[in-house]
Amino acid sequence: MRTDVNKINEQSTHDELTEGLMIFAGATSKDFKTGEWRTNTPIFYPEKCKQCLLCAPVCPDSCIPVVNSKRDRFDYFHCKGCGICAVNCPFGAIEMVEGQVPMKKEVTNG
Amino acid sequence: MAKRDRMSGNEAVAYAIKQINPDVMPAFPITPSTEIPQMVSTFIANGEIDTEFIPVESEHSSMSAAIGSEAAGARTLTATSSCGLAFMWEELLVAASNRMPIALALVNRTLSGPININCDHSDSMGARDTGWIQIYAESNQEAYDNFIQAYPIAEDPRVHLPIMICQDGFITSHAVMNIELLEDKEVKDFVGTYQPEEFLLNPGKPMAVGPYSVSNYAMEARYNQEAAMEASKDVIIEVAKKYKELSGRGFELFEEYRTEDADYIMLIIGSAAGTAKQAVDDLRDKGIKAGVLKLRVFRPFPADEIAAALSNCKAVAIMDRTESYNGHGGPLASEVTAGLYRNKVMIDTMCYTYGLAGRDFTVDTVYGIFDELKDIVENGAEYKQHRYVGLRSK
Repeated sequence: MRTDVNKINEQSTHDELTEGLMIFAGATSKDFKTGEWRTNTPIFYPEKCKQCLLCAPVCPDSCIPVVNSKRDRFDYFHCKGCGICAVNCPFGAIEMVEGQVPMKKEVTNG
Repeated sequence: MAKRDRMSGNEAVAYAIKQINPDVMPAFPITPSTEIPQMVSTFIANGEIDTEFIPVESEHSSMSAAIGSEAAGARTLTATSSCGLAFMWEELLVAASNRMPIALALVNRTLSGPININCDHSDSMGARDTGWIQIYAESNQEAYDNFIQAYPIAEDPRVHLPIMICQDGFITSHAVMNIELLEDKEVKDFVGTYQPEEFLLNPGKPMAVGPYSVSNYAMEARYNQEAAMEASKDVIIEVAKKYKELSGRGFELFEEYRTEDADYIMLIIGSAAGTAKQAVDDLRDKGIKAGVLKLRVFRPFPADEIAAALSNCKAVAIMDRTESYNGHGGPLASEVTAGLYRNKVMIDTMCYTYGLAGRDFTVDTVYGIFDELKDIVENGAEYKQHRYVGLRSK
């Protein structure tokens, strides 16, 4: 029954699909760009950030990667704009803005 | 060497569970199935089995926990009745679509309302389209025998579907009768150890169960589920044959009682078949060629096999112990008549609703039904095709 997930696509016939549509691979959620659902967007101001790292663990979707003990830029492909990080930041380094801000803006800011 | 003992239907199923020693049992009590988890808990407390019992806060939770533990790789079961089954509804469909071979000991009780705790089949018949295999018992003995066959059917790689082992609330669940039990070792050898091909707690082999499926996938998945249900018919027959070799007991899809030359047949599910058989014996003594077809397997529905079994009789009484509120008959009536029509078996059919919410079903009632069948065939009498028996009316 174990099938390479890459061999299944939306044109597969019923007998090519796995039983119960089980997925035989790990971390496939990375491929699903749920950030498209976002209606509000957190903007990061690095100049205000003290790297206290209170934001990263409260993110429900691991969208604040921590690299070498420092928070990195938002993962906008998966961030749904819940705003929990902005509420938890003691230094005003994260601001919520309305709408799906294009990724370009994060590159500029972060 | 088989053992004889006297047991209620609930005791018999609990004893079968003890002999199987499954891995996990999440359950929530509800009359009349409460004794099953209660007895299993006692076996666990006494150290007789090492099943992990999960007390949960509702039946929605018990079926959710059952799906989780089965997906993790544990042989899982639960028990419930009536509103408990109704509260599981959403999860029943998820268990089936996730292809989880969970066993459910269902003790049939009517669904509210009016609120009532006694037997009819409205709970399991309501769940007939949830994708579960459904097997029904006439007696305590059959409840025991059917439960031992549950996992060999459900876990077969051709099937991988959940299975409901049904018995009539209070009538078999609480009444005590002499039954024959298999030896523990015979049961263990028959059921085997659970070795799922794929499961969540399988290090180095990550997988996901029950993912969201867009329209491009869902219809194909449903078809595969339907195909597995169709395939389960052969597996049920194979397992029944194997069980008969072991125990000397049991039936495949249904039991045919004195039907070989019968002009009139009553098609019925569950404990009331015993009453029907008594009436048939009495009628045979008077020279009336009556018989009983007792349906054991309702899902998958053996439409063609039933049509073949009824093809030589003149009239059939189809007995529903539930109401579909459609002015057209219960689920058994609808499905049997459709099966007869498709197979071009054009016999007279009468559809009766009986025994709702624990209403008595007596030998006298059965005589009356066979009288009507005879009246239709011999005198061309016309009756309303869907009606109640045992109903008080002016």
